[in-house]
Amino acid sequence: MVFVGSLLAGFLGSLTGLGGGVVIVPLLTLAFGVDIRYAIGASLVSVIATSSGAAAAYVREGFSNIRVGMFLEIATTFGAIGGAFLAVRLPTSIIAIIFGVVLLYSAYISLRTHQDSHLSEASGPLAKWLKMDGTYPTPEGLQHYHVQNVPMGFGLMYLAGVLSGLLGIGSGAVKVLAMDQAMRLPFKVSTTTSNFMIGVTAAASAGIYLNRGYVDPGLAMPVMLGVLLGSLAGARLLAGANVRVLRFVFAVVIAAVAIEMIFNGASRRL
Amino acid sequence: MAIGTLLRTGVVLSALLVFVGGMVYVFRHPSIPINYRTFSGEPDNLRHIAGIVQASLSFHGRAIIQLGLLLLIATPVMRVAFSVFAFAMEKDWKYVVVTLIVLVLLLYSLTEGHL
Repeated sequence: MVFVGSLLAGFLGSLTGLGGGVVIVPLLTLAFGVDIRYAIGASLVSVIATSSGAAAAYVREGFSNIRVGMFLEIATTFGAIGGAFLAVRLPTSIIAIIFGVVLLYSAYISLRTHQDSHLSEASGPLAKWLKMDGTYPTPEGLQHYHVQNVPMGFGLMYLAGVLSGLLGIGSGAVKVLAMDQAMRLPFKVSTTTSNFMIGVTAAASAGIYLNRGYVDPGLAMPVMLGVLLGSLAGARLLAGANVRVLRFVFAVVIAAVAIEMIFNGASRRL
Repeated sequence: MAIGTLLRTGVVLSALLVFVGGMVYVFRHPSIPINYRTFSGEPDNLRHIAGIVQASLSFHGRAIIQLGLLLLIATPVMRVAFSVFAFAMEKDWKYVVVTLIVLVLLLYSLTEGHL
């Protein structure tokens, strides 16, 4: 049963680009009554699986900016460890509330249409020192771009890491936001680099969860396999799907789930 | 790029392990009451690397699953380690340092001082 649910989660996640993490945890806790800590552990594992699988393709295509990704990963990894430690200490009802709030925000984000931010003409000083500028392939040939605001990006990435470690999600949305809006990377580079980073971030907090006994093999098994297969199926279907409608439905469902999580957390039932 | 194959192999291998472990587990415990409502933490030997390997060798289904999961977590870590070498070969020392920092953080998380 959990397997089927995970299949669906992975499928929807890859279709809408929202990721399986945000679906898995509510699914397990609300529908199956699983303790949120086990749910987060299992979800983290599935996030690593889908991210690593997907990232393989993106690096090859030359879109991801490995330098930016690596440097920012210091922030996300640090944040993820912090988030995991926080998760061990916080009462589960508070985690549930935070989760609900983040869910609401994700729903909101996925409904906004994206406007391409103006590509900057110059590189920030830190970006220059770290040689972060790069190129990405376009139909017209390699397009050059500059990177800015590295410190702000770093700070945002730390937050993304904390959220990931605390809630068991990939935080892809925050990462893309940081790179796209703050650091002025082209959108496609932001999304692919974010995919590339998510696996590492999740691995950082997963290690701690494993050590604390939060990862239960019996639960993680169907979740991981289900999400993997589901997202593979979703990726296949991506070309022919009407993404806008799906996104809208997804966002509405997510919002409803978010409210439910907040409510359950607040009334201490989670 | 070799990174891509590395990542893919890691995921596939760990998925295989998880699947095999799952089959062993289901085989031995045909009726599994799903009781994850109460949180009691995993038994000690499923938490750390040494214990997991040991239990896997004695064919405990859950341990094999855990081993697969461990491998999955290790996959991005290996990717980062690979990047250290890649940057070193490019003589990009700044990024060797950067990736080393990430690697150390990851290793810390995985082991937390125990092994």
